[in-house]
Amino acid sequence: MTSNRILPVSRAMSEAIAEEMRADPSVFVMGEDIGTYGGIFGATGGLLDEFGEARVRDTPISETGFISAGVGAAMSGMRPIVELMFVDFFGVCMDAIYNLAAKNTYFSGGNYKVPMVIMTATGGGYSDAGQHSQTLHGTFAHLPGLKVVAPSNAYDAKGLMTAAIRDDNPVMFMFHKGLQGLAWMASPDAAATVVPEDAYEIPFGQASVLREGKDVTIVTLSMMVHKAMEAAEALAKDGVEAEVIDLRTIVPLDRETILNSVAKTGRLLVVDEDYRSFGLTGEIIAGVAEHDPTLFKAPPRRLAVPDVPIPYSRPLEQFIMPDAAAIAEAARASLG
Amino acid sequence: MPSNAQILWMYEIMEKARYYEDTMAAVYMEGKSPKFDIGAGTVPGEMHLAAGQEPCAAGVCVHLRPDDAVTATHRPHHVAIAKGVDLNKMTAEIFGKASGLAGGRGGHMHLLDPAVNFSCSGIIAQGAGPAAGAALAAKLRGTDAIAVSYLGDGAANQGGFHEAMNLAALWQLPVVFVIEDNGWGISVPKAKSTSVADNSVRAAAYGMPGVHIADNDTLALFDAAEEAVARARRGEGPTLIEVETYRYYGHFQGDPELYRPKGEVEALKAKDPIKRLRDKAIADGSMTEAEADAALARAKAEVDAAFAYAREAAYPAPEDALTAVFA
Repeated sequence: MTSNRILPVSRAMSEAIAEEMRADPSVFVMGEDIGTYGGIFGATGGLLDEFGEARVRDTPISETGFISAGVGAAMSGMRPIVELMFVDFFGVCMDAIYNLAAKNTYFSGGNYKVPMVIMTATGGGYSDAGQHSQTLHGTFAHLPGLKVVAPSNAYDAKGLMTAAIRDDNPVMFMFHKGLQGLAWMASPDAAATVVPEDAYEIPFGQASVLREGKDVTIVTLSMMVHKAMEAAEALAKDGVEAEVIDLRTIVPLDRETILNSVAKTGRLLVVDEDYRSFGLTGEIIAGVAEHDPTLFKAPPRRLAVPDVPIPYSRPLEQFIMPDAAAIAEAARASLG
Repeated sequence: MPSNAQILWMYEIMEKARYYEDTMAAVYMEGKSPKFDIGAGTVPGEMHLAAGQEPCAAGVCVHLRPDDAVTATHRPHHVAIAKGVDLNKMTAEIFGKASGLAGGRGGHMHLLDPAVNFSCSGIIAQGAGPAAGAALAAKLRGTDAIAVSYLGDGAANQGGFHEAMNLAALWQLPVVFVIEDNGWGISVPKAKSTSVADNSVRAAAYGMPGVHIADNDTLALFDAAEEAVARARRGEGPTLIEVETYRYYGHFQGDPELYRPKGEVEALKAKDPIKRLRDKAIADGSMTEAEADAALARAKAEVDAAFAYAREAAYPAPEDALTAVFA
């Protein structure tokens, strides 16, 4: 049965979780305010009512405690979904993520699996300042043993969440707050999409070419996908055809789609809301360069948040955030 | 009180663990002289030996089943032995061989064996949360399996321990926290790190029972652990047990222990807990000398065989470093 109902990202996520919880009693959810409240960013709406307190657990403010408990439960054969409310909070519990969850498969030679989803809210642009606005794609992608996914829209969010829950490995599900479709935070119209009612998976390691173009490749993810698409429309009015690639997953990374596109356009612009240095944008460019630097007809470019704490005041924050105008300008500049 | 069979089991496990650690102390030094080089020799890397702490392993694990989960520390061998980890595979892992528990990827501080639900970690207090999680899994499944989290006295000040204690009590999880208080956090004595003299009082802060076992007493621990395990299986929630135990070796092998008062180790050895158990059991007839000797011989033979197995085993192919990251 097909339906044309449109869901915001938050509902797509909670629907994916609910469907997996109905199908598999080993799936359960833990986190701060994920029960009665339904998740501060709406990711777990309706779950407590349907599944009850045993499987939908509001936790104390103890990220190390409940994330490492999730690891222990996963190693015992359960499939926990644990919410780290803001990705910025990883500091208090990173050991449980990168030293424990990410490594116990390796430390056991594959004899233990850690089938766990850590979902976490990323992103700024609404004056939540330096400890509540970060994105940190690179931080988690850098450390071995974690899969890292970042949807840009509701259709992808449901498919990636379903795949994440079914994956036998720890998966960081990084969702942007500004894409959730919350009543109290604006989100791009294009983030809410038609979402099939039945369960489906989007395989990891498959980027999506949202817009084909011959002149410049824009590789991006999460909220920046929407800015890039806006920029692409503006560019098209000037006769510049941008190819926009939505990564969807960072680990594993779809390097082939990126290479094929740069081989076609010769111009690469990487856009990421994370900090600029030592992260995702550098990785994408390096990956193309080490494969074949002659693909570049112009120097590759990147747009990211500069290496400063994210400021509070609106003019300051708008200055450091990549936007459609900056993306279009960078794309034009790479055409000389 | 333990049955005769349990006394014999605990005695044999402790002799096995003791002989294992003493053997490892000698093997660890192979290839590291004339100048000690931590990365060289038959067993490279750090080595943390638990000789003297055997009662903590035996007195608790005697009550456990294979489906009970145990998380342990960077000083794990005695607990692994008591939990029933395959000794050949464990030793091969410590030797870095392909037939080790993880094909050499983990080593001495990362011994994991799902067959008996045992894991350990090199990060202080990292095992507390996972034990609570394993206990949560048992509770969600409706089984009476439990979890035990081993920690050192130093871990009792780490945030993750406190979070796990609160979570376990709040959710009435079937977990037993066992603090092996050997008096030292590397070189810092407990009185200089911990705001209370006896960590069992911290249990009250989290609303669970706390028990203190003095002077490495295997039989007292047997009784306390029996009650704690039974409570957990009955669904009555967690318990904290702190055992005052002895660390005969340094924090790590190669530790000059300049911080340690002269004569402390000798004084501890003079009241060796394994000898105390053996003497008491033979004196009150719960174990005969012949049984004890046979147990000791079996223990040594098993350990010798495991070390021989590990020596003869092949190293992994170098490219195996790149595999088993993901399931």
